Amino acid sequence: MDLQISKGWKIGTACLAILALVSIGAAHSAAPKTGKERVVKVVAKRFIYTPNEIILKAGVPARLEFTSLDFVHGFKVPDLDIRVDLPPGKVTTVHLTPQKAGVYDFLCDNFCGVGHEEMSGKIIVKD
Amino acid sequence: MINRRDFMKLSAVGGGAVFLSGLSQITQAAAAYDDFYFVQLSDSHWGYQGPANPEANNTLRKAVETVNGLELQPDFIMFTGDLTHTTDDPKERRKRLTEFRDIVSDLKVKNVHFIPGEHDASLDNGAAFKEFFGETHYSFDHKGVHFVTLDNVSDPGASIGEAQLAWLAADLAKQARDARIVVFTHRPLFDLVPKWDWATRDGAKVVQILMEYPNVTVFYGHIHQENHHMTGHIAHHSAKSLVFPLPAPGSQDKRTPLPWNPAAPFSGLGFREVEAEDKPFQLKITEFPVTRA
Ligand SMILES: [Cu+2]
Repeated sequence: MDLQISKGWKIGTACLAILALVSIGAAHSAAPKTGKERVVKVVAKRFIYTPNEIILKAGVPARLEFTSLDFVHGFKVPDLDIRVDLPPGKVTTVHLTPQKAGVYDFLCDNFCGVGHEEMSGKIIVKD
Repeated sequence: MINRRDFMKLSAVGGGAVFLSGLSQITQAAAAYDDFYFVQLSDSHWGYQGPANPEANNTLRKAVETVNGLELQPDFIMFTGDLTHTTDDPKERRKRLTEFRDIVSDLKVKNVHFIPGEHDASLDNGAAFKEFFGETHYSFDHKGVHFVTLDNVSDPGASIGEAQLAWLAADLAKQARDARIVVFTHRPLFDLVPKWDWATRDGAKVVQILMEYPNVTVFYGHIHQENHHMTGHIAHHSAKSLVFPLPAPGSQDKRTPLPWNPAAPFSGLGFREVEAEDKPFQLKITEFPVTRA
């Protein structure tokens, strides 16, 4: 069963809102069939995301497909109000359409070992 | 240095969302019957080896000596987590916990309480910690103050969880509404810097429970520096560490340790006294460095 969560509105000072649709489950069943999504595959393993810089375009829908190799890492983007668990053995998909150019930090928020505190990256949204 | 008293007036009765800070002298004479003080130690990260603290093998011992040298000994001591530095090896974790316990057993005060930090507990859901120090959340009463400890680290995702939330609500329900309540936990219960993982995933639910009580103060660790924050009428005070200071909240990209300063070793490290005054009830914080100058 797919769990679809509308992660609400994050209102910035410029009153720009970013809507992130997060779906947890198999990619094939969760992805909207728009065909216009920018797809980025991300591998998570102790203690790094590859890539750890994800470049997206403002206003363009994106689909992040996570595969974790060794642990239920987390993926949290505080300023986009996104967080999911990344259990190994399946693809975890996050849909988002960033509205505003900028740099958004993400991190693993499930303590995963000695290098956990360095497990982080950035989503870079360009105009 | 040891005589300098920074103090803050906290949790003024009647929803006082104020704390006064400044330099002053607190007289310890003529304490009323119910006045007492405790010491908060935090984040010793025993087992850490790295450039941020080349004296990591000595820092905890020095802190123990300094506490033992306090003229008036505290009623009790509370360690708010990250007793040890994390290791992926369960045997090494127990070795570090053993060494930590041996060192702090030299404290003169024998009434010592412990809670875990994520470095102690997140990789085994608190199993090793419990072997050494027992439960990870509990409550106790001391001279008219109700103390509650909360575990936001045994879950690797930093959740307190429904079971513990229910326990907290039930524990507090036995208290009078205006009871004097002090909470100890490791991580901040509010979103301090989420991108640095300075948060508790369901911390808002704790704060919601605590909000029912007008007289609550939270002491925590995790962020390796003093920080004072209000959520409504509840004051949250983080403690310095005993290993290395971390940058001010959100002040830089990564939460990398501040570099060791050979000209001022142990700077930015320390512990605190919290004095509970009876009439009117207030908590006064005094910060101490690790070593006597
Ligand atoms: Cu991780």
